[in-house]
Amino acid sequence: MDYLLIIISAVFVNNIVLAQFLGVCPFLGVSNKLSTATGMSGAVCFVITLATVVTYLLNRYLLVPFGLEFLQTIAFILVIASLVQMVEIILKKISPSLYQALGIFLPLITTNCAVLGVAITVVSKEFNFGSGPHMMNLAEATVYAIATSLGYGLAMVLFAGMREQLARSSVPAAFKGLPIAFITVGIMALAFLGFSGIV
Amino acid sequence: MSKLALITKGFLKENPTFVLVLGMCPTLATTTSAMNGLEMGLATMFVLILSNIVISLIAPVVPDKVHIPVYIVVIATFVTLLQLLMQAYVPEVYETLGLFIPLIVVNCIVLGRAEAFANKNTVGDSALDGIGIGLGFTVSLVVIGIVREILGSGSVFGWKFIPGDGILAFVMAPGAFIVLGYLMVLFNKLAKR
Amino acid sequence: MAAKSNLLNMALSLSAVCLVCSALLGGVYAMTSGPIAEAQAAKTAASIARVLPEFSVQPELKTVEMDGVEYSYYDVPGSGIAVISSAGGFGGPLKLMVGVDDNGQIVNTVVLSHSETPGLGAKCSTDVAFIDQFKGWDPAERKLAVRKDGGDVDAITASTITSRAYTAAIASAYDVYLKVKGNE
Repeated sequence: MDYLLIIISAVFVNNIVLAQFLGVCPFLGVSNKLSTATGMSGAVCFVITLATVVTYLLNRYLLVPFGLEFLQTIAFILVIASLVQMVEIILKKISPSLYQALGIFLPLITTNCAVLGVAITVVSKEFNFGSGPHMMNLAEATVYAIATSLGYGLAMVLFAGMREQLARSSVPAAFKGLPIAFITVGIMALAFLGFSGIV
Repeated sequence: MSKLALITKGFLKENPTFVLVLGMCPTLATTTSAMNGLEMGLATMFVLILSNIVISLIAPVVPDKVHIPVYIVVIATFVTLLQLLMQAYVPEVYETLGLFIPLIVVNCIVLGRAEAFANKNTVGDSALDGIGIGLGFTVSLVVIGIVREILGSGSVFGWKFIPGDGILAFVMAPGAFIVLGYLMVLFNKLAKR
Repeated sequence: MAAKSNLLNMALSLSAVCLVCSALLGGVYAMTSGPIAEAQAAKTAASIARVLPEFSVQPELKTVEMDGVEYSYYDVPGSGIAVISSAGGFGGPLKLMVGVDDNGQIVNTVVLSHSETPGLGAKCSTDVAFIDQFKGWDPAERKLAVRKDGGDVDAITASTITSRAYTAAIASAYDVYLKVKGNE
């Protein structure tokens, strides 16, 4: 039950792009076509989940015991950067087809603030689920990471669908490209506001 | 490029928000009021100037293949430095901006300037470039903050001149996207003249 | 331009950068840890001073367990206790400090952290009419619940869930007070 709440909250209510403004740059950058949007969503989902688990363990068993929490930012970004590199190398070796699909997006992910954002949120913020406010445990953090990235994918795929339509309609010159995209995302965010309060 | 042009290019020609469209996450998230926008802009400028200076100094001796990791470590160091200083001397500001201070590490503006400018220019020019782009970013954030604060809370820099609640949607997430979209339209119109 | 890469200079430059950076950060951390602790202590002291009647002794941090949850509170002999409690609000946890004096009356409350909607629930930290209604409240006589739930608390307009959370946090703080008094 608690996990269901985490999932609904992370996918709809606190959608990472539409409510928390994380990962907006790649969201705008690769949502021109539905196919690239799906590919990027898959890669982000994979990296966010992996990075959150690794940084959670790093924080819990290395930084906190030694009182080094102030190095969180620098340690997390290094872990994420090397993780992305590693994933890239491993994928290339063991599954060339998956690498074909996700590979080109991987280098972009290091500077996707959604990854670092989720990793920091999980270890620093109290959550409301279950028995009152508390810090997340590993299982909850993992579910939260997966759900958040699903929310990212959902927003991205929905938006890519709309953008393909937008490209074919006539838009005033000054609105062409990003301005109309931003306004569309704004209206989407307005729609997502309707979910607030359900958990 | 003249020294003056290095500083002023951030406002129009290479405005990081409206022209380069970089660093969107803090731009959208922290501009709920003009003051928050100003604080976020200054925090980013601090990291931008210092990392530009250091990177322009070390760029000639950093091996090509590891230059990205090295730059990231340098940037992350200055961000952590900023976090510590803010916690110590302006804890309220640190609390308001929250998550978006550590996220300066992955702000594409900072790494972008390191790659596009600091690693092939002199220390002085890189510092000026940091100041220019930083100022452009700060001004953009303040403008977005002012618009959202007027529409959302009926005030500017906390000075309330419209009684009542304002249009709440502009303080919340949708307003951020919509205001930025329309400001871009305005910017495009004005820039064309 | 950048130097040619080989294993030796890559490893050397990376470790040199990491070494310099961590030394710098360690130094700054040592320098700022004092002021950071002071800033936090000052914030806590200011909150305690707001929620309790004047006192001259040093507040003492204690903890008590109630229903399997550990609560922290500041004991100020001769004045009362300041309990830190939280409840689930609209956007996330709502954390309060609640001052209860020795007569079992609520002196004042202050919001320590919240993630409520700006302009709506976020008013719980600024709306004077809402916050001040709890001053001098005696939970033994008046029911700590919003009017919608049959209590005596006037909720913030359009923010019933936030008001409920605020009220619930005060109620559990009062339970902590009763437990602490019962233990003495």
